[in-house]
Amino acid sequence: METLNLLAAGPELILAAGAIILLMFGVFTKGESAAVTTLWLAVGVLVLAGIFAYAQTGDTEYAFGGVFVSDGVSRFANVFMFFGSAVVLILSRDYMIRAKSMLFEFPVLVLFAVLGMAMMVSSADLISLYVGLELQSLSLYVLAAFRRDSTRSTEAGLKYFVLGALSSGLLLYGSSFVYGYAGSTEFVAIAERLKDGDAGVGFLIGLALVIAGLAFKISAAPFHMWTPDVYEGAPTPITAFFATAPKVAASVLLVRVLYGAFGEVADHWWQIIWFLSAASMLVGGVAAIGQTDIKRLMAYSSIGHMGFAMLGLAAGTAKGAESVLIYLAIYLVMNIGVFAFILSMRRDGVHVTKIDDLAGLWKADGLSTFCLGVLMFSLAGIPPLAGFWAKFYVFQAAVDAGLIWLLIVAVAGTVISCFYYLRIVKIMVFDDPADAFDGPMLIENRLTLFGSAVLVFIFVVGGLGVPEMAAEAASVFAK
Amino acid sequence: MIGLTHYLGVAAMLFVIGVFGIFLNRKNIIIILMSIELMLLAVNINFVAFSTHLGDIGGQVFTLFVLTVAAAEAAIGLAILVCFHRNRGTIAVEDVNMMKG
Repeated sequence: METLNLLAAGPELILAAGAIILLMFGVFTKGESAAVTTLWLAVGVLVLAGIFAYAQTGDTEYAFGGVFVSDGVSRFANVFMFFGSAVVLILSRDYMIRAKSMLFEFPVLVLFAVLGMAMMVSSADLISLYVGLELQSLSLYVLAAFRRDSTRSTEAGLKYFVLGALSSGLLLYGSSFVYGYAGSTEFVAIAERLKDGDAGVGFLIGLALVIAGLAFKISAAPFHMWTPDVYEGAPTPITAFFATAPKVAASVLLVRVLYGAFGEVADHWWQIIWFLSAASMLVGGVAAIGQTDIKRLMAYSSIGHMGFAMLGLAAGTAKGAESVLIYLAIYLVMNIGVFAFILSMRRDGVHVTKIDDLAGLWKADGLSTFCLGVLMFSLAGIPPLAGFWAKFYVFQAAVDAGLIWLLIVAVAGTVISCFYYLRIVKIMVFDDPADAFDGPMLIENRLTLFGSAVLVFIFVVGGLGVPEMAAEAASVFAK
Repeated sequence: MIGLTHYLGVAAMLFVIGVFGIFLNRKNIIIILMSIELMLLAVNINFVAFSTHLGDIGGQVFTLFVLTVAAAEAAIGLAILVCFHRNRGTIAVEDVNMMKG
């Protein structure tokens, strides 16, 4: 454990080296075309790191003297985060050029954010958790405010910064209590200490504050206030990025902290997760109904989905962790598909995001409507699409753990959220056509939309190996 | 004799002042940035107090990390604030209201 073991941190080292080299490359080149080159190189770095993460197999390995762990869970999360971010970067290119925001800083910041996320999901110590989380958060604050000339974008960045810094403060204050009462910052040592019995009320304060800080990051209700504003104000490709990889990273981090460090005191934290899960599912369902902006709607949708993911977490079993991983993977694929379409909503050269702009899309573009409809049905959780199976696994974990009341809330949340997802389908298919969107969709957006719809469709055929991967990954939590 | 609880008490007070500074302040975003710093420094007092109490160096290492990251965080916060001020012409908290959420 007391060794450097750099190979275990291979994907992260590739990202770190790639980000620094691309930063230098960007500084010494000029113009938009160089920035586009940087973007493609960043995609290459992400794909390379993703392949490395996928190829990593074998036992749990520690690096950097035990503060960094590479195991099934981190590899699973890494693969989905890296490839998801690569796709989002490719989709961003056209939007950023049109918005005259195609600067080389954009792909570099995305790389640093992804590096932070990779460190989060691999953290085995409160210090590495904090450093990874802050590397991700600081990059995301800047990305939210990336359009410096736009009031809305800078306001989104400012709001995200203030609430994100507050949540980091809560997390740190909680960490200090956990450190003080458990005697160590290492997860393994904390778990070892908790085996000897209760660590006292000071420890529980720390536990609650750490969970609150992490709940901010995954935007679980009641810590969700920043999400809709930041999603609406940030440039759309960056909203797409926010809605995918960071959610996966923060949820997996929550799994790692709760199961790894605090696994022995599950009877203390499961009520907190219970409440966060129930509140998120209801807020995500009810508050989305009145929305007119599709980015805001996707924000509430993500709040609701995080509630469902935490349903598996509340179960507190290895099966629960497995179902969370499956849920996150499916959620990532669905969201990338939806945002591939949202990014191509342009009328007279202006990016539009109102739901009413989708009216009558069926007549203009049948295939896109069909794909988007499939994704909406899947987000709503209608069988046999992937979204249904995602919910199926978390519900099953919750049933096994006997969380009946939480399941009732979950079913209510699903029914409420069905309303607004299906309303989008209704507006696209049955309403009077609005003016058509500009030109044909770009090939990368079309392929992504089509690809994710197909994946969602054929998930029913054996789950494409995802459940097996997740089961193998979550086996590290089996007792 | 000043013991662990005294330090924890001071840190708790500073932390709560910081949190209230964020929520009760209606005037200026700079004050929010100051409140965030106050929270992080309260955390540092906690870490150092626990570290000496436990006789473990880990807490002081954590403090150094927190100090460094807090500096980066303040720099990024101020940079975003400058951009916001250029667009909006004000940094009053009640003017951060383009989007209602």
